[in-house]
Amino acid sequence: MALPEGVTQATFDRALREFEKAVGSRWVFTSDADVALYRDAYSPFQGEPEERVASAAVAPYTVEEVQAVVRAANTHRIPLYTISTGKNLGYGGSAPNLSGSVVLDLKRMNRILEVSERNASALVEPGVSYFDFYRYIQEHKLNVWMDCPDPGWGSLIGNALDHGGGYTMTTFRNHFDAHCGMEVVLANGELLRTGMGAVPNAKTWQQYKFGAGPWIDGLFSQSNFGVVTKMGFWLMPQPDAYLTGTVSVPKHQDLVPLVDILNYLENSGIVNGMPQLGSPLLGGFFSPIGTELRDMLARNAPTEELEAYAKRKGTGYWSCTVKFYGPARSIQANWEYCQEKFAAIPGATFENGETYKFPLSAAEIEDITRNQAAGSRSATLPEFGIPSLTMFSIGARTETNPNPSAGHMWFSPIIPRSAEAIFEANRVFAEASKQLDVPLNAVGFSLPTTYWNRAFIFLFGLPVTKDPATNKKNRAKFEQIVKICAEHGWAEYRTPPAFQEAVMDTYSFNDHALRRFHETLKDAVDPNGILSAGRYGIWPKHLRKV
Amino acid sequence: MTKRANIGGAAALLCVALAVAAPAAAQQPIDGKAVFEKWCAPCHGDGPGKPGTNALQALYKGAKPALLEKRTDLPPDLTKQFVRTGVSVMPFFRKTEISDAELDALAKYLAHK
Repeated sequence: MALPEGVTQATFDRALREFEKAVGSRWVFTSDADVALYRDAYSPFQGEPEERVASAAVAPYTVEEVQAVVRAANTHRIPLYTISTGKNLGYGGSAPNLSGSVVLDLKRMNRILEVSERNASALVEPGVSYFDFYRYIQEHKLNVWMDCPDPGWGSLIGNALDHGGGYTMTTFRNHFDAHCGMEVVLANGELLRTGMGAVPNAKTWQQYKFGAGPWIDGLFSQSNFGVVTKMGFWLMPQPDAYLTGTVSVPKHQDLVPLVDILNYLENSGIVNGMPQLGSPLLGGFFSPIGTELRDMLARNAPTEELEAYAKRKGTGYWSCTVKFYGPARSIQANWEYCQEKFAAIPGATFENGETYKFPLSAAEIEDITRNQAAGSRSATLPEFGIPSLTMFSIGARTETNPNPSAGHMWFSPIIPRSAEAIFEANRVFAEASKQLDVPLNAVGFSLPTTYWNRAFIFLFGLPVTKDPATNKKNRAKFEQIVKICAEHGWAEYRTPPAFQEAVMDTYSFNDHALRRFHETLKDAVDPNGILSAGRYGIWPKHLRKV
Repeated sequence: MTKRANIGGAAALLCVALAVAAPAAAQQPIDGKAVFEKWCAPCHGDGPGKPGTNALQALYKGAKPALLEKRTDLPPDLTKQFVRTGVSVMPFFRKTEISDAELDALAKYLAHK
């Protein structure tokens, strides 16, 4: 067992005994085999000495047990690293930033404490997964949805704290935005409640986010200032119906008004589902392209030739699918209004898409699953708040991918919501692909994968392999791409521990004023530096590089 | 209507007691099929959109069933090994997710198929 740096065996043993006293010996893991289960299954360091590994793990069941563990760690200066369900794969999994940390595994804290249909809100513990929550809603026949990300095994709390997102209505897609109130164990073991939760006998903890005074919830996301033990969420009332429609436009430059009109429609609340830009011509994340086009793109065919090809084939140059949730008549009217707006683009054509009434039947859910698995552009399960692992086919062995990868790491920059930014990003990624020999838009065109209210996210999965030399090269390339993005004023919204320092280095305005502020906070609220050292580049004083 | 989970207040204390009483809990029979449904079926179940089932179909090309529940050649140790070491993009599972007792039940369930 690896000891935390600077901790003697005797001190570590004393701390472990106190952990055992707090949670029961069955829930303190120290054997090599048990501790190995806390490795990052997708670690880009696998098989290398630099792999970040735990020294032990402790799994409390109650808030009081968390407090006791944190107090013992604080007394003995033992570094802890908190995980919820530990399934943040592609973004670090269950492994710590700092080798030798004891993983504070909150999976056993899996209580759904309250679900209010009338307030469309919930209060949960960190171990509750999207699968657990969906099962609960189904069993209790509640008319609410929880917005979920692609993999259903993640934690509602963990995902929100890592700024994860989903696919339903704008208000709920950004999971941290959709939260309301937290309970946090501080580094000294003290219990804190935020927002209205700070009022004894609070009646509105999940109803109003801010309470009075500074709103501090953001400090506990992508950070290491406390251990979140409860979190409230706002749920989406099950709508009456769902509708999609697609607009296609013929010219390359049409993307400019297409995105601008889309922005207007979304920012006005007329389009309330997650849109999807596409190019029937150029392909992208969801639409692979054929060989004829591939050849045209490889020889940099002029735009006019591509436009002529699109016309000949009867496909648009760009498409945009807009999605609506609400009363059937209202959303039909909204779609008609969208068509009026998009018709400002000469040559725009429209296609009615899918319609669903809720609740979905079992046969409809199976059809949606089948279409999603086939990679079609039609509606997917998370758009209806249904968690699954269907998207986990990325990298898995399939008929067309006979050599599965050993994992992946996500490169996910935030890009402005304009066509000009999309064009520029594609130029930059194409150049970086060539220069670094990485699969970022090597052929074809990249369009946003995720749509926040005011920003796009591009998403590229870089493979993790079994070969340390290849992984080492890919890590260096990843860091290069982060730098290239930053040179253009873009940065990532989320990243694996391996790159958290590199990414936070790009948030460097005014000589890293943001990092210095984080460090000032860290020193104040966790002076012994016991909580998740290194998370998002925030190191305690004794581990800080001078 | 507000629904509260059963586990709250006094019920939570009861669960703490049960969780601490590990030997007693271990003697209770665990339904291996239920463990499969909860932890394995989202990837290895029947129907569309199951990456694990698809991967085994691609691997065996019909020489063996792609569905784990249809296999007749899964000794308990093999199941345990895959759960605790993972393979390809399938991660390993911690004991706070699938306990040793649950893994025993799961391995027996798949072995008896």
